[in-house]
Amino acid sequence: MKAWRRFKRSYVLYSFKRDPVAIFSFSVLAILSLISVLAPVIAPYNTYDTATFDILDAETPPVWMGGGNEDFLLGTDIQGRDLLSTMIYGLRVSMLIGCGAVLLQAFVGILIGLFSGYVGGKMDAFLMRIADIQFSIPYLIVAIFTSAIFKLAFGVGRYEELAVPLLIIIIGISEWPKYARTVRASVLGEKNKEYVEAARVIGISRWLIMFRHVLPNTMTPVLVISTIQVAEAVMSEAALSFLGLGMPITKPSLGALIRSGFEYIFSGSWWITFFPGVLLVILILVILLLGDWLRDVLNPKLYKG
Amino acid sequence: MNGTDGLLRIKDLVKHFDISGGLLDQLRMEQGRIVRQRTTVKALNRVSLTLPPQETFSVVGESGCGKSTLARTILGLYPPDEGEIYYRGDRIDHLSPKDMLPYRTKMQMIFQDPYASLNPRMTVKKTLEEPVYFHNKAISSAEVKDRVATVMDQVGVDPKWANRYPHEFSGGQRQRISIARALMVDPEFIVADEPVSALDVSIQAQILNLLMDAQEKRGLTYMFITHDLGVVKHISARVAVMYLGTLCELAPTADLFRSPMHPYTRALLSAIPEVGKRKSKHIKLKGEVPTPINLPSGCVFHGRCLYARDRCKAHIPPLREVGKGHFAACFYVDAPAPSG
Amino acid sequence: MGHLLEVKDLEVKFALWFGTLTAIDGISFTLDRKEKLGLVGESGAGKSVTGFAIINLLSKPGYISKGDILFEGQEVTTLSDEALRDLRGKRISMIFQDPMMTLNPVLTIGTQMIETLQAHENISTSEARDLAVEKLRRVYMPSPEKRLGQYPHEFSGGMRQRIVVAIALLANPSLIIADEPTTALDVTIQAGIMDLLTELCETEDMGLILITHDLAVVSQVTERIVVMYAGKIVETGLTDVIINHPGHPYTQGLLKSIPGGFQPGARLNQIPGMMPTLTHIPPGCAFHPRCGLSRSVCERETPALLRTGERDQMIACHILGRG
Repeated sequence: MKAWRRFKRSYVLYSFKRDPVAIFSFSVLAILSLISVLAPVIAPYNTYDTATFDILDAETPPVWMGGGNEDFLLGTDIQGRDLLSTMIYGLRVSMLIGCGAVLLQAFVGILIGLFSGYVGGKMDAFLMRIADIQFSIPYLIVAIFTSAIFKLAFGVGRYEELAVPLLIIIIGISEWPKYARTVRASVLGEKNKEYVEAARVIGISRWLIMFRHVLPNTMTPVLVISTIQVAEAVMSEAALSFLGLGMPITKPSLGALIRSGFEYIFSGSWWITFFPGVLLVILILVILLLGDWLRDVLNPKLYKG
Repeated sequence: MNGTDGLLRIKDLVKHFDISGGLLDQLRMEQGRIVRQRTTVKALNRVSLTLPPQETFSVVGESGCGKSTLARTILGLYPPDEGEIYYRGDRIDHLSPKDMLPYRTKMQMIFQDPYASLNPRMTVKKTLEEPVYFHNKAISSAEVKDRVATVMDQVGVDPKWANRYPHEFSGGQRQRISIARALMVDPEFIVADEPVSALDVSIQAQILNLLMDAQEKRGLTYMFITHDLGVVKHISARVAVMYLGTLCELAPTADLFRSPMHPYTRALLSAIPEVGKRKSKHIKLKGEVPTPINLPSGCVFHGRCLYARDRCKAHIPPLREVGKGHFAACFYVDAPAPSG
Repeated sequence: MGHLLEVKDLEVKFALWFGTLTAIDGISFTLDRKEKLGLVGESGAGKSVTGFAIINLLSKPGYISKGDILFEGQEVTTLSDEALRDLRGKRISMIFQDPMMTLNPVLTIGTQMIETLQAHENISTSEARDLAVEKLRRVYMPSPEKRLGQYPHEFSGGMRQRIVVAIALLANPSLIIADEPTTALDVTIQAGIMDLLTELCETEDMGLILITHDLAVVSQVTERIVVMYAGKIVETGLTDVIINHPGHPYTQGLLKSIPGGFQPGARLNQIPGMMPTLTHIPPGCAFHPRCGLSRSVCERETPALLRTGERDQMIACHILGRG
């Protein structure tokens, strides 16, 4: 309760209320999140259930165009699925993978960065070299290998079941160095501060100091890069799916949807690519805009009073 | 356990820091060949001291003299490269963290910067409770709460504010909280590293009074690190003057100010401005303060000393007794001032 | 002949996100050539803000809300940017606590000094170079010609501050404002810098405003003192008079709380509480909550700065002042 009262009086809320872009992005993101959480309730059709659609309905245009059908507001895709519903489920998958991947990156990266920065010396050099190597391997190559090998080993059916966790792991593992480097930089600054020395004088062990004293003070930059990382994870997943390496067409993400409609743009069914594309752009844009505002607000140098 | 050993005794303490950097940073071109150069900061060079119990012992010097390193080495934050540290006759340098634990409740530290000495993300309550819980696993939360309130009272911070964060307090109040943290474990010995330098004059007086009261009530021994000779005059029984990691002079306070023996001490005392007394001339030292990286040979002060002679360049003067309890590290303490 | 600098009823405010704060609440003082004035106070008193205001260096959200600043008879607060650039660095120079606030770490000393000179005067590079060398010599910098090619990090703190003083002297200013110039320096170096500034005031016919919290330095160097508290002047007068017979309870308390071995071991005289922050300035006399002499009038009315019996001394106190 006290924390809430403190928040209400804070500069963060004050700045938020004054920034129309922040308010807009936050609202849109909130709506999109709500939609993706409530997907089974909101979507007109459950497009994962093959019984709900019919291939004869394929490539129906949106309702306001000639040949449109009231049952399918934004038209249907090449398999006859309602585009609107598929987009809603796709949004859900995209956001799930985006957030999941970032949680994984952050967990691994923060732990490594914390340890590396505090302990220093040869261990630090070693871990940072591993981070460099990791960074130099393009995640695309990793993704191609992993998904190809997986499909070969376990079959396409199994792949489709495990696509989401697999993608979370691939995208998550590729980006942990970013968190590691960010946290390490903060830790290097904090570990020489007097409150850490005071903790050592009390006799507190190195591990306790790392987690209880240093870690909480490195969270601000982590928060700032997290929004960008979520946007990037969503984009990475979309790119992978677009290349056919990500979500399968049976459980498409927005990227997979864009791909599935790509060949049909010039034959006339432009909506299959267009609407998912617009939704994807909106999603990424609001995340980035919100991240921009957050970065400015949390910047101690710009903090006024 | 030798009774004359004093509460804390250090013998020939040496601490050097290697700041050479990685392999690539060390390489230099010298006369057409690649040469590997190591850079060492020689922060402490054979310092020996004995601190009697329940007294305030001050260490003064300018930046680079090693006083902060001395404080941290004594408390075990840096392991010494050479030398010995004894606490009540027990040898405590190079103990394992586990073996060091019992001494951690007896020896504490107060720092200079009130803004960096408290964890910004921990409430005052958590900061003060932590040392107690750490050393007393079985203590009840009610008892800890009590102790926190008592000590906060003693340092002059309202216990009702225990749930606030450091940034809600002023510099002086934060310093009080830091002192409270040091007192929570009921120590015998406190090292204070410039505890009032970052505070305003009127707050300095408050904090100094607080420290003196605590000393009286608890029978504390202080090692006071400072560059402010006024503070030294007021609260210390004995003073040590350091220059470039070496002890120049060691004397009871009154003696040091009345008859400083070492040339550096004399220059230092003449340079410090005093309120109300216009100094006609102060002793001007030659040159700049050299860094602890390239220590001069022989006496560390010889390059700036007006009395320096050949012997000073070649040999390090030992600390010798020049009066009752008064020691100076200089070959020529009795020499007359140079002419011109 | 008028004063070199005249500050009249200066008011400085800060427009922050939660309200407007008054940092300086109506202060007035004067300064003449060759005179050294100490602007004394603890942190938060407003002395640095005063220094910035004089050369109109206040950045948003700070601004001068009222008052006049007359430099050599000319009103500074209403000057155009163009005219201000002519003033700053040329006729009034400022020295800061951290020499690295003035010195650019990626440029050599020579480049910085020549650049500064050429910004103010139309002279050739070689002329500027000679002038720079001359100024470095003025501040007793050994081998000045060689120094021009060196970078700030190659100098110690004390040397850097000397370079800063040399840069401040480049355009032969009439006034130097020094904001805590020696606080970050070692004592033995500090003495050298203060001697230098004192000497330069005499030889270059300049005025000096020394902003500091260090009463000891001020008592050695200055002729007059202005004591500030919570944005107001509480006492002003000759240095010798104020140091030996302080008139205002705050100044008295301050001088008594400096440890100096008068009674080693005894408790120091302490002023209870602390200087109010700008958001919580008490009504009436800002010092009254901490003052042992305070009475009901002190809580209601702000005391005016009035003369005491002593020569040139003025204090703002209902109890100890006159009237």
